[in-house]
Amino acid sequence: MAREPLNEYLITGEQTYASLDNTIGSMVLDGKRHKKNWYMTLGVAFMVMNLFLVSVAWLLYQGIGVWGNNVPTAWAFDIINFVWWIGIGHAGTLISAILLLVRQNWRNSINRFAEAMTLFAVMCAAQYPLLHTGRPWVAAYWLMPYPNIMGLWPQFRSPLIWDVFAVTTYALVSILFWFVGLIPDLATLRDKATNKVPKMIFGILSLGWRGSMKHWHRYEQAYLLLAGLSTPLVLSVHTIVSYDFAMSIVPGWNVTVFPPYFVAGAVFAGFAMVLLLAIPVRHIYGLKDMITDKHIDWMCKIMLATGLIVFYGYILEIFYAYYSANSVEIALAEWRFFGPYSWAYWSLIACNGIIPQVLWAPRMRRSLPVIMFVCVAISYGMWLERFVIIPMSLTRNYLPASDRMYYPTIVDFVMFMGTIGLFFFLMWLFIRFLPVINMFEMKDLLFKQNLERRAKEEAKEEVGAH
Amino acid sequence: MHLAKAPKTYGVIAEFDSPEQLFAAGKKAREAGYKELEAYTPFPLHGLSDTLGFKDEKVPWIVFAGALLGGTCGYLLQYYTSVIDYPMNVGGKPLNSLPMFFPVAYECTILFAAFGAVLGMLGLNQLPQPYHAAFNAPNFDRASQDKFFLAIEAKDPLFDEVETLSFMETMDANNVSLVKDSPGVEE
Repeated sequence: MAREPLNEYLITGEQTYASLDNTIGSMVLDGKRHKKNWYMTLGVAFMVMNLFLVSVAWLLYQGIGVWGNNVPTAWAFDIINFVWWIGIGHAGTLISAILLLVRQNWRNSINRFAEAMTLFAVMCAAQYPLLHTGRPWVAAYWLMPYPNIMGLWPQFRSPLIWDVFAVTTYALVSILFWFVGLIPDLATLRDKATNKVPKMIFGILSLGWRGSMKHWHRYEQAYLLLAGLSTPLVLSVHTIVSYDFAMSIVPGWNVTVFPPYFVAGAVFAGFAMVLLLAIPVRHIYGLKDMITDKHIDWMCKIMLATGLIVFYGYILEIFYAYYSANSVEIALAEWRFFGPYSWAYWSLIACNGIIPQVLWAPRMRRSLPVIMFVCVAISYGMWLERFVIIPMSLTRNYLPASDRMYYPTIVDFVMFMGTIGLFFFLMWLFIRFLPVINMFEMKDLLFKQNLERRAKEEAKEEVGAH
Repeated sequence: MHLAKAPKTYGVIAEFDSPEQLFAAGKKAREAGYKELEAYTPFPLHGLSDTLGFKDEKVPWIVFAGALLGGTCGYLLQYYTSVIDYPMNVGGKPLNSLPMFFPVAYECTILFAAFGAVLGMLGLNQLPQPYHAAFNAPNFDRASQDKFFLAIEAKDPLFDEVETLSFMETMDANNVSLVKDSPGVEE
C-alpha cells in the first residue's frame, strides 16, 4: 500500500495573515477556547506542584538528611534531576537558535513553545542546586561572588562554580530571547484585544512596538545575534554540566566523551518533551495546520539522530572501560551490567537505544500513539542515564571498604514529581496567557510560502504553454 | 486646556494590502526624491530597509563591545578574587589558573553580549515608547496584523501637506491620511 505523501508546505489549509492571527491569538484573548480539560490539567498540575512545596518545606525544616544520599553517594537525585531538567531545556534553545541560524523555517511554529519549555525546565533545574545546600539563604556565598562578611570568594577552579555561571547565563539569555521574540506578538495582541484590561497589559508588555521598518531592521540584527550567541552558549552549558563529572577521577565519570555525549542526550530528551507537549496541544487547540505532520516527522528524525549519538556514547563508555585496562573502570562496567542496579542499566539501553529505532520506519513517525510512547520511553531513559552515571559510580569507588548501596527516599521521589507538576503548571498558564506560536514569524513564513507557491504555479503554466 | 500647543504634523501615511504594493510604493517615493520614509509592517520584510534607504549597523558593534567587556570583567573578577584578594593554594595549581578561569569568562562574554544585543536594540529603537504619532493613523491597529503602511515623514525637506498627500493618493493605497501627533485636537 502506497503511503500518502506528507504535506508539501509547512502551513496547510487556506490561510491568510488574519486567520493565522485569529487561530493563535484567540487562545489568549478568548477564554472560551479553553475547555474543561484545560482547567482540569491545570488543577492536577497545581496539586502536584504543591507536593513540591510540601517536600521543600520538609527538607528545609529537617535538613538534607531526608534525602537518601549519604557518603559515599553524596550526589544522587538532586544532581540527576538537575541534569535531566537542564537537558530538557536544551531542545528549546536548539530549536530557536540553531535552527534559526541554519534557516530552517519549520522551527517558526514550534520555537515559542520550545523556548517557554526551556525557561520552565531551567526553573525546575535551578531548584536542586539551590536546595541541595540545605540552607539556600545562607549558602549564597558558595554560588555568587559578592563581597561578604567572611571575606570569602567562590572557588573558581571548580566545575561546580562554572556550572553556576553557565546556568545563570543560560537562564537570563533564554529569558531575553523569549521576550524579544514575544514583543511583536504582544503588540498584535494589544491591537486585537477588545477588553480594556488585556489591552493595557499587552500595551505595557509590548513596549509600544509599532512594527516600524527601522525597528524591524535592528530587531532582526539583534535576534540573529542572540541566536548566534545562544548556540555556543547552549553547547557550553551542557559541556560544563558534564565537567562536573568528567573533571573528577571517579570511575565512569572521568571520560572525555562526556561533553558531546551530554549535549546530544540533552537535545534527545528535549525533543521528546517538545513532542510530548506539542502533540496534545495541537490536537486540543486545532493547530494542526501550523504544527503539521511534517513537523512531527522531522522532530522524530532529529530524535533518532541524537539518539544514535547517545547510543554511541554508551558503547564508547564500555569500550573505554576495557581499553583503559584499569581494573576499577572494568569493575564498574561489570557492576553496571550485572550488579544490583543492572535493571536500571538494561532499561536505559532499552529506552534510549532500542525503542527509538522504531522511528526509522516512516509509518511509525506518523502514528501519534507510537511517537508518544517513544517520547515517554526516552524521557524515562534519559532520567535513568543520569541515574546510571551518578549514583552507580559512587556506590562502587576505589576503596571496597566504602562501597555502599544507594536507596532514594520517598521525599526524593515526591520532590521530583513536584517539579514535574511545577513544570506543567507553568506550561499550562503559558498556553492560556501568551501566544503559543510565534505569530509574526508564521505570517512571514506564509508570505514566503505564497511567493514560492506562485512561482511554482507560473513555472507549471509555462511548461503547459509549450 | 486652551494653552495646548497646535498639533504638529507627523507625516502622510498610506495603507496597503500586500507587501508587494508596499515595496512598489516605497520605490516610487524614493524615486520622487523623498528621503524620510518609514514603513509599518506586521512582520519583517527583507530588503525593505534597502528599498527605503535605511542603513544601520550599530547593534552588532554594541554586541561586540558587550562581548569584550563581559570577557574582561569575567576574567578580572576571577583574577581579583583568586590572586589579589584571597590567594589560596588549591592542589598546587597556580593562583592565576588561566585554563580553569576560561569557562566563567566565556559565560560572562555571552551574557554581556546578549544584554548588549537586547538593550542596544531597544535603546536605538527608543523603546519602550507607549505613544507615537503613527498610532493616530486610521486603521493603524492593523499594522501589527495584516496591513502594510508607508509613511512619508514631515521632516522630509520635500514634504508638503497638500502635495505629499496627493502624491500618495496616486498609489493604489486603501486610505491615505495626514497624521498629526495628537489626536482629536484638529477637529
